[in-house]
Amino acid sequence: MAQLICRDLALGYDGGAILEHLNFEVNAGEYLCILGENGSGKSTLMRTLLGLQPPLSGEIRTGDGLAHNEIGYLPQQTVVQRDFPASVWEIVLSGCQGGCGMRPFYTKEEKARAAEAMETLSITPLTKRCYRELSGGQQQRVLLARALCATRKLLLLDEPVAGLDPRVTQELYALIRKLHARGITIIMISHDLHAALEDADHILHIGSTVFFGTKADYLQSDCYRGFLKGGDAQ
Amino acid sequence: MTLLEYLQYPFVRYALIVGVLIALCSSLLGVTLVLKRFSFIGDGLSHVAFGGLAIAAVMNLTNEMPLVLAVTVVSAVLLLRTGQNAKIKGDAAIAMISVGALAIGYLLMNLFSTSSNLSGDVCTTLFGSTSILTLTRSEVWLSIVLSVLVVAIFIFFYHKIFAITFDESFAKATGTHTGLYNLLIAIVIAVIIVLAMNLVGSLLISALVIFPALSAMRLFKSFKAVTVCAAVFSVVCTVTGLLVSVMSGTPVGSTIVAVDLAAFLLCWLVGKLTAGRAA
Repeated sequence: MAQLICRDLALGYDGGAILEHLNFEVNAGEYLCILGENGSGKSTLMRTLLGLQPPLSGEIRTGDGLAHNEIGYLPQQTVVQRDFPASVWEIVLSGCQGGCGMRPFYTKEEKARAAEAMETLSITPLTKRCYRELSGGQQQRVLLARALCATRKLLLLDEPVAGLDPRVTQELYALIRKLHARGITIIMISHDLHAALEDADHILHIGSTVFFGTKADYLQSDCYRGFLKGGDAQ
Repeated sequence: MTLLEYLQYPFVRYALIVGVLIALCSSLLGVTLVLKRFSFIGDGLSHVAFGGLAIAAVMNLTNEMPLVLAVTVVSAVLLLRTGQNAKIKGDAAIAMISVGALAIGYLLMNLFSTSSNLSGDVCTTLFGSTSILTLTRSEVWLSIVLSVLVVAIFIFFYHKIFAITFDESFAKATGTHTGLYNLLIAIVIAVIIVLAMNLVGSLLISALVIFPALSAMRLFKSFKAVTVCAAVFSVVCTVTGLLVSVMSGTPVGSTIVAVDLAAFLLCWLVGKLTAGRAA
């Protein structure tokens, strides 16, 4: 049974569908990369998978012991966050909030979990630092640690390396590989074709042509050749 | 007269008690409002509260608080809803409701008021010139109960408010009921605004909500420190402003806001200087 199954999904806003008849599934431990041009609906797909907006039709099912609120999420940064006065610890710990229900305070286990996530991403020395004073790469690690607090199973990453320099980008990809090696399923939205082909084992390409399958099949597909030429085969 | 002599009067003591409580409550959610870019909601709601007060005055209600509270809470909920649907953009909706309420309120007061000093009444409601010094015992108690409630709610939901303020999408995706808590925040803001109308009048409430938060954000780097510090700033500034105004006979509301502004400028300066040294 797959962790995440999408059947005949249609996405969009107020009746105007951006994408239709989307079918794919993600099994535990896979690394899926979602590719597509700007405006092809990548972010809409992400928001729909997260339950932030309802699909126009079709269904999204979670299975294999994955509850819908057990999806960790690394969002693109918002303007508000860039000058938010909060310590790294406060932000990482807030990843545990979803499991709190009505309980007003965090338990010892949740605090231990946040500390562990920070250890994994090597940001323990930053614990007391102010989030807005960190570099872009450090901020991404903080948000990734927060996502780890929310899940042990599935991470959704929305353009994780946007705006980072090449060295920091490589470090972040290495971290994502490390998390994947620990058995966490990764779904990543990306512009970066080369990185996608390096690390991912499955590709979902959306746009005017839709492809879903393994990386090896993708490399043989028309979709890939069209994308390489720099146009999404309009 | 010295300060101690002033404190003999019950109305000065009432004003101080209520002033401290209002300052505390209004500063707590200020941080969230500023960071969520909701500063104008406070402003809009205060105008709505003015409209509510005008209706209460026209209806000759002896105790206008419940009606004003109801009108303001309903508007807060409506504003939040429109913000989400985005048919009319959030800021435009706020501007629309706030000036609408202001105009209707003044119109009603003009058409139906039996008072001999209409412009004085309006001025009092807008700038709160003396209402804090004429509180009755029951109003003081109502203020105390509402303030304790606001502080209790804030402490109980502190971590949730933080999560929603920092990243609403993430909170929602990982299973926090953001809609519910946004509603709660809106209602609490409405309560605070109705309380604060007594202190500074409806035009100056936003100052009470945003200045302490902005000041604290210049100096502190964690959400908890900013929140605590905003509360302390707010209380200190309000008490200072109140005492100055009682002793020198200046209008209460504007004196408090002037002190808040001075404190903000000071914090801004200190923030600039320390940042320069660190760089």
